[in-house]
Amino acid sequence: MTFLRDALLVAGKDLRIERRSRVALQQIVPFGGIVVMLFAFALDSDRTLLRQAAPGLFWAAVLLAVLLAVGRSFSIEEANRARDGLRLSGLDGGSIFLGKAAAVAVELFLLEVIVGAAVVVLYDVSIRGVVVLLCAAVAATLGLAATGTVYGVLAGGLRARETLVPLLVLPAVMPVMLGATRSFQAALDGTPGDAWPWVQLLIAFAVLAVTAGTVAFGPLLEEA
Amino acid sequence: MLGRFPALAGADLEVDTGEVVLLSGPNGAGKTTLLRLCAGLLALRAGEAEVLGVDLAVEPRRVRRAVALVGHETFCYDDLTVAENVRFVARSTGHTTADADGALEQVGLARVMNVAHGRLSQGQRRRLSLANALARKPLLLLLDEPHAGLDEHGREVLEEVVRAAPGAGCTVLLASHELDLARRLATREVRIVAGQVHPMPVAPAPTAPAAQAAPVEPELEART
Amino acid sequence: MKRLFLATTVVALGVTAVFALWVTPPRAEQGFDAVRLLYLHVPTAWIAYLAFGITALASLLWLVPRTRDTAWDLLAGASAEVGVVFTALTLLLGSLWGRPAWGTWWEWDARLTTTAILFFLYLGYLALRRTGATSDERGKRSAIAALIAFADVPVNYLSVTWWQTLHQQGTVFNKNLNVQIDGSMAFTLILAVVAFTLLYGYLVLERFQLAQLEEGREARELELAIAERLRTEHSEVVPA
Repeated sequence: MTFLRDALLVAGKDLRIERRSRVALQQIVPFGGIVVMLFAFALDSDRTLLRQAAPGLFWAAVLLAVLLAVGRSFSIEEANRARDGLRLSGLDGGSIFLGKAAAVAVELFLLEVIVGAAVVVLYDVSIRGVVVLLCAAVAATLGLAATGTVYGVLAGGLRARETLVPLLVLPAVMPVMLGATRSFQAALDGTPGDAWPWVQLLIAFAVLAVTAGTVAFGPLLEEA
Repeated sequence: MLGRFPALAGADLEVDTGEVVLLSGPNGAGKTTLLRLCAGLLALRAGEAEVLGVDLAVEPRRVRRAVALVGHETFCYDDLTVAENVRFVARSTGHTTADADGALEQVGLARVMNVAHGRLSQGQRRRLSLANALARKPLLLLLDEPHAGLDEHGREVLEEVVRAAPGAGCTVLLASHELDLARRLATREVRIVAGQVHPMPVAPAPTAPAAQAAPVEPELEART
Repeated sequence: MKRLFLATTVVALGVTAVFALWVTPPRAEQGFDAVRLLYLHVPTAWIAYLAFGITALASLLWLVPRTRDTAWDLLAGASAEVGVVFTALTLLLGSLWGRPAWGTWWEWDARLTTTAILFFLYLGYLALRRTGATSDERGKRSAIAALIAFADVPVNYLSVTWWQTLHQQGTVFNKNLNVQIDGSMAFTLILAVVAFTLLYGYLVLERFQLAQLEEGREARELELAIAERLRTEHSEVVPA
């Protein structure tokens, strides 16, 4: 199907740019790490408190990193009027959306692994319920990447884009924050069964976000 | 429309297949707007426009794949190499890597295939824009000030491309201030002033091959 | 016509005030007058969500090509501006009422939290409206943003509900649809809702008409510009 092939083409393009420029690896991942430390200072490096709050703090750091990742995903389209180039390519808006969202998702997974390791080490967390953790993380990441990409194109080219996107994205992804945090909490507490309703919520959110993006991206890419 | 002001009001133009039409006129007259309109990038506010058989008022996006726009910006990604950029253009418009590489040969950029776009000189970027256009195998070639920034060799390349176009069934609209150079290439000249189109006396016809009969005659008429 | 509307609104609000402040009794179990805040809090909450619904509906009507009209875009904006104020009021009143009832200024219960998220969704939407260049561009982007936010609210509510439940469960209606509070209180509450809806309608009407005037002025400027363009430089064609 050309639709998926085109999406892969766009995703490949974005990931290749990342491999060359290494912005996610050298800037966004460290940002995630710094935020993790920030929280430790905020909570007075209280061991017990940090361990208890770890799921929430981890996902808060990820949510903030998403904003940077999405910002980057669209700033590469600003130079040289590449955005017009995308429009002229005749690629279907839905394909471009899936491609860009997929690239952001891949970068996010990478970030989650590294920042997750930092959380485990710095907050003294023991990993349990790996299956639940993975399922929740995958669904949450897809939802975040999709939502971020929609708002990224929606605010693309507007004045004050950098401050507008965070304000638009964060209230919209609260369900992901709740679902991911509760799932992780349940897994780490040793009661993974409690996580499943939350994982379902995350999956539903991801499906909605991807659908909305596939439909809305094309029209939003146009100038008026 | 440029912001709140109409860029083209009262423009009447008809172009046949295989013609090379020169658009002359002062800055801000509406030449770029006309070209972007033909590329399907701008929305038609009033009047009629039909390009390659497609009604621009109804579905402007359909023309995009058959059209190539060469403007001031390259629509490329600074972190990717010349080859990667052109191949992306080719593959996203349904053509092959071979088409892309061929286009690079044609404009003489094969030597710098693996150089990052961000490191190209102005003249090289202009030629890259031409390569991008050629890789799409367009039926309508829209050139916006193509002579600017090109050196001697680049101008030769441009001339070859424009002369070869009608033979490939491609029509050319060329907006330029370099009237001496451009008039040599054009079959017809049209002057655009303050958004209105004024035909000019026909220049001596260059030795261009006869236009091939196309299944649909491209017609452009935008009138308020 | 508008004056009649305004008059009706004022009267309705006045009657509500009378009922709320004098006619109904203070709530026995919670034993204080602050329950009267309910007559403000419930209507403002209703308006907060109604306004958002109207914004979403108007956005949808704008997006559908057949019904597209700048008026829908202006209505969406007007409703959102009124709505954000009522949302802020809802949060404020909820907090004021909650203090004596719960002992804290804030509780993370489902309804209040969802309303807080709604407040931020409004703010984002209104900020977005201020950055669009042309009215078409603004209309499209804010319409899509409004619809996404509208779809997001129930998802938010669902997740927050699963997460916390403390808010007074259905003060007016419980599962069996029996009215739980007594006669005069229920009547006053409904009266308040009606009065506030009228107030909302009036405010949106005013704001909408103001927006229309602004649009009209821009359209006239555009027409003047076109006329200028067609008239001047007509003789500027100089053969090379």
